[in-house]
Amino acid sequence: MKRTLKLMTVLFVTLLLSCGGKEEKKKEAISFGKKEAPVKVEVPKETQVPASKRVDLTNKGIGPITSITLDAVIDQKMATHGADVYKKMCTACHRADKKFIGPAPTGILERRTPEWVMNMILNPDEMVKKDPLAKALLMEFNGSPMANQNLSEEDARAVLEYFRTLK
Amino acid sequence: MKNLLKINIAFIFVIAAFTSCNNAKSSNGKSGALASNVAEKVYVAPGEHDEFYAFLSGGYSGNLTVYGLPSGRMFKEIPVFSQFPTSGYGYSEETKPMLNTSHGFIPWGDSHHPDISQTNGEIDGRFIFINENNTPRIAKIDLRTFETTEIIEVPNSAGNHSSSFVTENTEYVVAGTRFSIPIPQRDMPIKDYKGNFQGALSFISVAPETGNMDIKFQILMPGFNYDLSHPGRGKSHGWFFFTTYNTEEASTLLEVNASQNDKDFIAAINWKKIEAYVNNGGGTMMPANYAHNVYDEETHTATSTMKKEVRVVNPSEVPGAVYFLPTPKSPHGCDVDPSGEYIVGNGKLSANLTVHSFTKMLDAIENKKFAGEAYGIPILNFEDVLAGSVEQPGLGPLHTEFDGKGNAYTTFFISSEVVKWKLGTWEVLDRQPTFYSVGHLTIPGGNSSKPQGKYMFAMNKITKDRYLPTGPELEHSAQLYDISGDKMELLLDFPTHGEPHYAAAMRADLIKERSQKIYNLEDNKHPYAAKTDADTKVVRKGNEVHIYMTTIRSHFSPDNIEGVKVGDKVYFHITNLEQDFDVPHGFAMIGQNSSELLVMPGQTKTSVWEPKQVGVWPFYCTDFCSALHQEMQGYVRVSAVDSDTPLKWSLGEDIE
Repeated sequence: MKRTLKLMTVLFVTLLLSCGGKEEKKKEAISFGKKEAPVKVEVPKETQVPASKRVDLTNKGIGPITSITLDAVIDQKMATHGADVYKKMCTACHRADKKFIGPAPTGILERRTPEWVMNMILNPDEMVKKDPLAKALLMEFNGSPMANQNLSEEDARAVLEYFRTLK
Repeated sequence: MKNLLKINIAFIFVIAAFTSCNNAKSSNGKSGALASNVAEKVYVAPGEHDEFYAFLSGGYSGNLTVYGLPSGRMFKEIPVFSQFPTSGYGYSEETKPMLNTSHGFIPWGDSHHPDISQTNGEIDGRFIFINENNTPRIAKIDLRTFETTEIIEVPNSAGNHSSSFVTENTEYVVAGTRFSIPIPQRDMPIKDYKGNFQGALSFISVAPETGNMDIKFQILMPGFNYDLSHPGRGKSHGWFFFTTYNTEEASTLLEVNASQNDKDFIAAINWKKIEAYVNNGGGTMMPANYAHNVYDEETHTATSTMKKEVRVVNPSEVPGAVYFLPTPKSPHGCDVDPSGEYIVGNGKLSANLTVHSFTKMLDAIENKKFAGEAYGIPILNFEDVLAGSVEQPGLGPLHTEFDGKGNAYTTFFISSEVVKWKLGTWEVLDRQPTFYSVGHLTIPGGNSSKPQGKYMFAMNKITKDRYLPTGPELEHSAQLYDISGDKMELLLDFPTHGEPHYAAAMRADLIKERSQKIYNLEDNKHPYAAKTDADTKVVRKGNEVHIYMTTIRSHFSPDNIEGVKVGDKVYFHITNLEQDFDVPHGFAMIGQNSSELLVMPGQTKTSVWEPKQVGVWPFYCTDFCSALHQEMQGYVRVSAVDSDTPLKWSLGEDIE
C-alpha cells in the first residue's frame, strides 16, 4: 500500500511537470547554483560601497513626491518645526550624526535627491520593495524596516528642511 | 508485474479525477447545482469584504464577537466583561478599573443582548451596548475602535436580563431585572418574597454626543421576573415593553411554581411620562452603591467611580404610566415590529403566538377598560389588546425578528425551527429546521424601524454533530439563511464562541468608513507615556520602579535596565511609537503574574511585575512585528534587596 502511494505521488508529480513545470525547474537550478555570481558581475563597484554611502542625485524614489524645488536659503521656521517632528517621530531609530537602527540623516542631500528623502519618509513600504537604493539600505541595516509614521506631506517637507541644517 | 498493475490503476484513477472535474459544470445532479449556488451566496473572495457586520454576544465568555456576513468569518473578540489575556484587557493597570463593581474586582461576566445605537429609529453604527446578566452591568463599545469604553453597574437589579435595548434616538439604553429582590437589600426570610420583593427597570440615559451613560431613573415594579424587553418605535415611541414571568411570585422550584398562571403580563411603560415626572423633580433619590467605569481614549486609561445614590420611581406615583397586558404563558421574547404597532409576546409554554396591538392598547387605556389591577397597576383585558394570534406555529416560541416587508420570523426552541409568518393575517408562510434547538435569531437592523432584510441567522443552543467533534464541550452553532425570497434558504453553518444569546447586525459601510486605524501619538495624554525616545527613563519611588518604555520595529527603549531589586513593584509603561495601521507590539516579562500586553500604535499600556528572584531576566515582544521581531527583547537585572546596584537604563550603548 505504501508503495502504491509512492508510485501515485510520482505519477502526480510527473503529470504536473508535464504541464509546463520543466522550464521552471531549470531556472531554479541555475539561480540556486550561481546566485551570487551575476550580482557581482553586474554591479561590482556598488557592492563594495554600502548603500548608505552611495551617491545618487537623480533617483527620485517612488511615492507621492515627484518634484521639489529647494530655496537657496534655508527656511528656519520650517526647519525648527521639522526638528520637532523628527524628535517625536524619528529618534526611536535615527540619530542625527551617527548610525543607529537606521542611517544618519546628516549630509543626506549630498547623496540623495530631496524627492527620494521625502518618498522614503512618506512611502517606506513601497520604497523598500521597489526602489533599488531603499532595498539595498534595508539589507545593509539588517532588515530593520523603515516605519511609516504617517507624517503629513507638510511635516515630511519640514523634516527635509531640518536635514538641510545638519552639517 | 504487480507494481505495473498498481501503476495502471493509479493512472486510471488520476485520469478519472481530472475528467470528472471537467464534467462538474455540466452535471445535471439537482443537489450539486443547488449546492454550488448556495456556496456562491456565502463565498467572499480572498481580499474582499463581507456585506454585513454581525456582533454576537459571548454569553458566559463575557465578551462580544465580531463576524462578517454572509461568510460567517470571525474577525475579532471584543473583551467586555471578562479579562482577556490576548490584549491584556482587565490585566493592564489602565483597564483593571473597567471590571470594578460594588462587589470589588470581577474578572468575568455573562454577556447577553447586544444592541446598536440608533438615530431616528435607524441603526447608526456609533456604539453597541451589551448587558452583563450576573452582576448587573451595561457596557458601551465604541464602534470606531471596537473597544469597551464605558461600563455602568445597575443597582437594585439581579439577573440583568431584559437588557440592553435602546430607544429610537438612543435616548436610553434600558436594563430590566430578571430576578426580583428586596429593595433596598436586607436580611429577611426568603419565604416572605411575595409582596416584599421588587423588580427594578432602569432607564440609563445616553448623552447624544459622547454617549456617556447615567442612570436617569429606576421604576420599582412588583416582584415578578422581567424577562426581555423592546422599545416602542414610530407611533409607539415613548413606550417600552417588558415580558414578565413568575407573576406567581414563587421563590422556589420555579420550574413548576412559576408556570401556574394561565397568563403572565407584558408590562407597557410610558417612559416619556415618567421622564417628564422625573424632570420636574419627581421620584426619590435612594442610597445606593454602584460603579461607573469610563475609559478615556486620550489617557488610554479607565477610571472607576462609585456612585452613591439612584433615583427611583414607584408606578403609583405616576398614574397612567404603567399597564399590564395579559399574555399567555410565561412569555420570553418581547418584540416590537418596525412600525411600532405590534408587540409580540413569545409565550414559551403557549401553543399560540400572541400579538398585541399598540393602537388597541391606547384605546383600552383611553376607555379605562381594566380587568383589574396588580399592586396598583391597571391590568387591561387580553381580548381588548389582542391584535391576533399565530395559531400553533410550533413548539416553544422564544424570539421574533422582522424583515421590514411585513413578515415576522419566530424561533421555536422545542420544535427546533424558524417560522416565517405574516403580520396582520397571522398566517404561517414557511418553516425551516435549525440545527439544533434555536434560541435567538437576528436580522441585520433587527431592533429598528428599518430592518435590512436579506439574511437571517439562527443561534442554536445545541450543536451535537454539526462539526468535527471536539470532545464533550462544543461551541454553539449558528445558521445563516437567505430570506430575500418567499422561502427561507439555509446557506451556511458557522461556529460561534461562548453562548451567543443574541446578536446585533448591520450593513458594513457605516462602521467601516469610521473605523479607526491608529491612535494619534500626539493626542496621547497618558501620564506615563514616553512619546519620543528622549522621554524614556526609569524612575524609582520607594519600592516602586516606573519604566517609561517605547516600542518601534523592532526594539524596546530602554532594553537594558539595572538597579531593580527583589521586592520592588516594577511598572512597565509601554508606549507604541508606531503610527502605521496594524503594527501593534506586545510585551511579556518572565514570571509576570498577569498577562502580556498588546499595545496599539500610539497607545500606552502598563503591566506590573514583582520580581521575586535575583538574576537577569528577559522580556520580549509577543506580536510578530517585523523581520527582526525575534530580536525585539531586553533584560532587567534584579539585585538583592540590600544591594546598591545603581539605577541605569540604556539602549544600544555598544552600537558604534
